[in-house]
Amino acid sequence: MSVLQEFSKGLWRENAVFKLLLGLCPTLAVTTSAENGLGMGLATTFVLLCSNSVVALLRKVIPPQVRIPAFIVIIASFVTVVQLCMEAYLYSLYQALGIFIPLIVVNCLILGRAEAFASKNTFRTAFFDGLGMGTGFTLALFLLGAVREIFGSGTLLGVALFGEGYQPLLLMILPPGAFITLGLLLAAMNRFELRQK
Amino acid sequence: MRDILRLVCTLTLIACIAGAVLSLVEVATREPIAAQRRLVMLRALQAVLPAFDNQPDNDTVTLGRGRDKRGRELRQTFFRARSDGKLVGIAFSATAPDGYSGNIDIMVGITPDGTVQAIEILAHMETPGLGDKITHQPFKQQFHDKSLDNADWRVKKDGGGFDQITGATISPRAVVGAVRKALEFYHRNSAAITAPEPAETPPTGGGE
Repeated sequence: MSVLQEFSKGLWRENAVFKLLLGLCPTLAVTTSAENGLGMGLATTFVLLCSNSVVALLRKVIPPQVRIPAFIVIIASFVTVVQLCMEAYLYSLYQALGIFIPLIVVNCLILGRAEAFASKNTFRTAFFDGLGMGTGFTLALFLLGAVREIFGSGTLLGVALFGEGYQPLLLMILPPGAFITLGLLLAAMNRFELRQK
Repeated sequence: MRDILRLVCTLTLIACIAGAVLSLVEVATREPIAAQRRLVMLRALQAVLPAFDNQPDNDTVTLGRGRDKRGRELRQTFFRARSDGKLVGIAFSATAPDGYSGNIDIMVGITPDGTVQAIEILAHMETPGLGDKITHQPFKQQFHDKSLDNADWRVKKDGGGFDQITGATISPRAVVGAVRKALEFYHRNSAAITAPEPAETPPTGGGE
């Protein structure tokens, strides 16, 4: 498979959220606005990119018996780097994402790619796999956050879309709204794919 | 045996490298993080205090106020704002432990006679769209010019003088209660807090 294909599979065909249904905890929890979804997606992409690259580079050094603890140490280190940098330079986003930044460690998308892909592939392919998977994850979180923000707050990226009289559909930014939005999006995508065939 | 040694060594090596990288990043971000936190604090002080020309975060009084359930000492810091050397306002934080979900951290600014100038919600986890309206201006505005003497420090539903929020009574009740308790503490200790010289109480317990 070419490098381009490694990248593009994460966008649609093997999209983490919409196709593999991986990493749903942050997906459902932080997507109360498009900005939060985007921030979480980018933070996860950075960690995924770094951990995929390092795991692929070290794949011949790490003995298979201790590969999982080694992967977790690598992933946790990059997450802490992201957390410190975000607190230092993007304080408002840091406050909005709160507890979910340290929880990137247990996002099974990242460990899943390290175990299933990066540990068996070269640095180059693992790098583009991480980039594609991360971009797909970010797009999915942004889409989910945008839908919930539009209906739940009447805004998109903080810009008011409707007039003063708009009564926000509060349910959409509460936890049930995340499940409802994800379910409807999945249904729409499956229908679209069936039509294509 | 040799196998086990190899496993231990590899894992140790990886952990050591990770530790080294993390300490480097920590050193690099320590100052920006401290600056960010101070900026947030100063912004809150500016929002709740009348105009001042000193640095209230360097002009503080810290008093003990009892112990918590685990026996640790609870301390309350008062930030004093001055204009031309004259005390014009005092700010202090208050925590409402009885919000709808988790603590609500509040910054309260008062004039030296005990009248509230303004309040600011520093941190909370109330429900978006309902309880989080405590951060909106109409709710916070109610506290302006209120003191223990001229207001009934309860929400209207409990017979007091503060508007609750439609669909969320618990959060406003918690905020009103916490501000009232903080004001009462101020009144009991106002002599020590408004003392003309920065009266530093010696810190108890060691370390930073």
